[in-house]
Amino acid sequence: MKFVTALFLTGFLAYVIGLFTNLPWWSFVFTSFVVAMTVHQKPGKAFLSGFIGLFLLWGLLAILKDNANEHILSTKVAKLFPLGGSYTLLILITAFLGGLVSGLAATSGSTFRKSKTE
Amino acid sequence: MRLLPFIASTAITIGLVTVLNMQIPLGASKTPRLGYFLSPQQGFWQNAEPTNSSFNAQINTRGLKNKVDVYMDERLVPHIYAQNDLDAYYVQGFLHAKFRLWQMEFQTYVASGRLCEILGDSKLDIDRYFRRMGMVYGAEQTMAKMDNNREMQATVDAYTEGVNAYIKLLKPEDLPFEYKLLDYRPENWTPLKTYLFLMFMSYDLSGRGVSSDLKMTNARDYLGFESFNQLFPNLQDSLDPILPPSTIYGKPSIKPVKPAKSDSLYLHQVKATVNVSSPAPPNKNNGSNNWAVSGKKTRSGRPILCNDPHLGLNLPSLWYEVQINTPTHNTYGASFPGSPAVIIGFNDSIAWGVTNAGRDVFDYYDMHFRDSTMKEYWYNGVWKKAEQRVEVIKIKGKPEIEEKIAMTVYGPVMYDHSYSNESTKGRSLAVAWTANIAGNGLQTFYKLNRAKNFDDYQSAISNWWCPGQNFAFASKSGDIAIKQQGAFVARWNRQGDFIMPGSDSSFNWQGIIPENENPMVRNPARQFVSSANQMSTDTSYPYYLGGASAFPIYRGIIINRKLAVLNDITTTDMQMLQMENVNVFAEMARPVLLKYINESKLTKPQKKYVEILKNWNLRNDITEQGITVFNNVWDSLENVVWKDDFQKAAKPMPWPESSTLLEHLLKDSVYAYADNILTTTKTETIQDAVMEAVVRASAAMDKMVMEGKKLDWGAYKDTKVEHLLKISALSSLHLPIGGGENCINATGTVHGPSWRMIVQMTDVIEAYGVYPGGQNGNPGSKFYDNFINSWAAGKYYRLLFISKEDVTKQEKIKWHIAFINA
Repeated sequence: MKFVTALFLTGFLAYVIGLFTNLPWWSFVFTSFVVAMTVHQKPGKAFLSGFIGLFLLWGLLAILKDNANEHILSTKVAKLFPLGGSYTLLILITAFLGGLVSGLAATSGSTFRKSKTE
Repeated sequence: MRLLPFIASTAITIGLVTVLNMQIPLGASKTPRLGYFLSPQQGFWQNAEPTNSSFNAQINTRGLKNKVDVYMDERLVPHIYAQNDLDAYYVQGFLHAKFRLWQMEFQTYVASGRLCEILGDSKLDIDRYFRRMGMVYGAEQTMAKMDNNREMQATVDAYTEGVNAYIKLLKPEDLPFEYKLLDYRPENWTPLKTYLFLMFMSYDLSGRGVSSDLKMTNARDYLGFESFNQLFPNLQDSLDPILPPSTIYGKPSIKPVKPAKSDSLYLHQVKATVNVSSPAPPNKNNGSNNWAVSGKKTRSGRPILCNDPHLGLNLPSLWYEVQINTPTHNTYGASFPGSPAVIIGFNDSIAWGVTNAGRDVFDYYDMHFRDSTMKEYWYNGVWKKAEQRVEVIKIKGKPEIEEKIAMTVYGPVMYDHSYSNESTKGRSLAVAWTANIAGNGLQTFYKLNRAKNFDDYQSAISNWWCPGQNFAFASKSGDIAIKQQGAFVARWNRQGDFIMPGSDSSFNWQGIIPENENPMVRNPARQFVSSANQMSTDTSYPYYLGGASAFPIYRGIIINRKLAVLNDITTTDMQMLQMENVNVFAEMARPVLLKYINESKLTKPQKKYVEILKNWNLRNDITEQGITVFNNVWDSLENVVWKDDFQKAAKPMPWPESSTLLEHLLKDSVYAYADNILTTTKTETIQDAVMEAVVRASAAMDKMVMEGKKLDWGAYKDTKVEHLLKISALSSLHLPIGGGENCINATGTVHGPSWRMIVQMTDVIEAYGVYPGGQNGNPGSKFYDNFINSWAAGKYYRLLFISKEDVTKQEKIKWHIAFINA
């Protein structure tokens, strides 16, 4: 249960802080950190819920934007990068990078507090 | 706290964020900040415009006097209805920014030598080049003059305010794509930026001398003036000038005097010359077609005006369509993002179009400075003080550089000891260029937007300064006219074709040709006017027009030939004429080639190419192979004829024009240059040269076919519309379009008709247009490049020229943006 709560809180709070577009793009580092600190789990699980939370958020947001755009821009960027014009790959990379940063921040948040079970 | 794991994971997090938050060098360029760029809430995903986007909006802003209504049609062309002119320009500025902000700012970065600020020191050469030429200086001169003209100042100010109103409302996530890619932010717009943009157009259309004057000087020194004059003539046998050949010209009011010393000092000057190549000389093919036919030749009985300016084909496009409706005028046409008003278009009463005049308004003067501080130069027997202009070049990630430019009576010293190469050492070249002298900015277009008749047109263009243009005109009342207007230097023969001595005022410009002596024709007997960058007049015109290499002749010939026989003309006929692919150069040159080809001496594969050439219909259509063969043979022939004579020159030199070689071959059966001077035992004839060309061209084409390339003209030419940053993913490639140099449809590989327009001056104006791009500069919009296929196919859009009363009823109007003064 904790895992799911942490995962959703991570995604939700990252979305909310992301609405403040004057803040740096990596501001979710703080929310993921705080979520992992408060909804405490072992570092491995914290990483995973932090990772999946952002992976889903960024992946979903990118898919929504991309579908409405009929892949016009993502195809161009995927040629530029170069990913052979594969928008799917671009969405996966987007989601993965967001997930990775968040997961690491969550690990940091988890290790900030001493585990009760230990 | 579990200290070690905490420190480790925190360090890794910070490290990763840092790496994802910086630009990483990749080859010559840099990556975007990856985390930022990919962030769906801030990065490029935000630029992925929904394909069913609504552009309806209410904009509450400051600086408007009244409410302004903008109706966007299905092609995203705005129709602006304002209650006063300044409100209209404010909104035009806002819309330019909304749809083209990155492009309009980037163009001014290029013009003012500021690319280093955003792209780093790899662009230093280009930045120094533009600054030393006087681009910023020239823009400042014109702006200072126009700031004394209340009407124009208010216009540019209102436009500027509109751009800045948009920038102020711009949310970080809505930043245009390219800013995110290159990681910088837009500045506020300023009136100077508008003048810088116009300066760039002056450069593009009148700055050819920046490299050609140097190369011509090299060629004169290498060949000697006699041979030079033969290979680079200032006359063309086949010329069909803009003004009908029967035109009679008045006596010139200025008779430029050739300095007594010019023969020794100038024409036969034998002095070490320069070896400077400019990083971005204007494209030689920058040109255009325009024509107007009178009502006597049209089915409707009213004039039709056509224009297609040939420029570099870029995305976002140079052009942005707009209709501006205010109590003083109702005007539609193509505008420049970066500048108010319509540049090529029509209003309720008249239509106008422009082509480049191509006259030489750019000269170099060789200056003698007292010492390397460049504070004084020798002029008319005394040491004259030189002002020093300092321009600061900021460089991304590096300390800024001060560019010091000595200013002379002629203008800025472009080349000196600080900006030179091996062969320019010790030489200081000052630029004399009409674009560096205060002009009248946009006033001509401002007035054309409002012109009601021929007199208004005359008055509007009378003070047009630079770049010199051929203004074609047609009115509802039945007039047609064309005038070549600009600040043209009254030159003695060959003045300014080479670097001139700068220590003696006798070589100075002796005056600007009075406006009323510029070539003009109204309602000629032949019932049409036209221009295609050829010389404006025959030799009976009393002023020197410049060397022939600046004036292509073949498009003019075919346009005039077609217009002379066309009658009962419709707009569809005019569309077909703009897309005409017949190649007049090849029509004249092929017989010469075939005459000298001896098939009995060719191999079977070589004969096959000759067969293709023989059977070719002389059209540059997409599927034709004949034009590919012709071009390969002709290029090989130029190589055979010129390379041996030119290759020993240490300095860059232009080769003679194709038209010159052709005219020589038509006249001479024995041609000295046909001899390969590298072979001592034999004197090659024209036939030897042509046969050698066929052999070489066949080998080249065999190789292409082996590599799987097609000889079909469309595939061979491979037209593309490139993004301004030359990023192919953002460009439109492999376009199926024919034409090319010397065709009316002058579409090359990266260059061609940048806006095709046809306007019939019936009571209800019937106008068509298309440009290779789209109204929205955002690569993530479906309106980014949606006109390109139509453009390539020769299809036009009916331009919606709508009165205020009808606009809400027009079914092609899709969106409404209301601008309300907050």
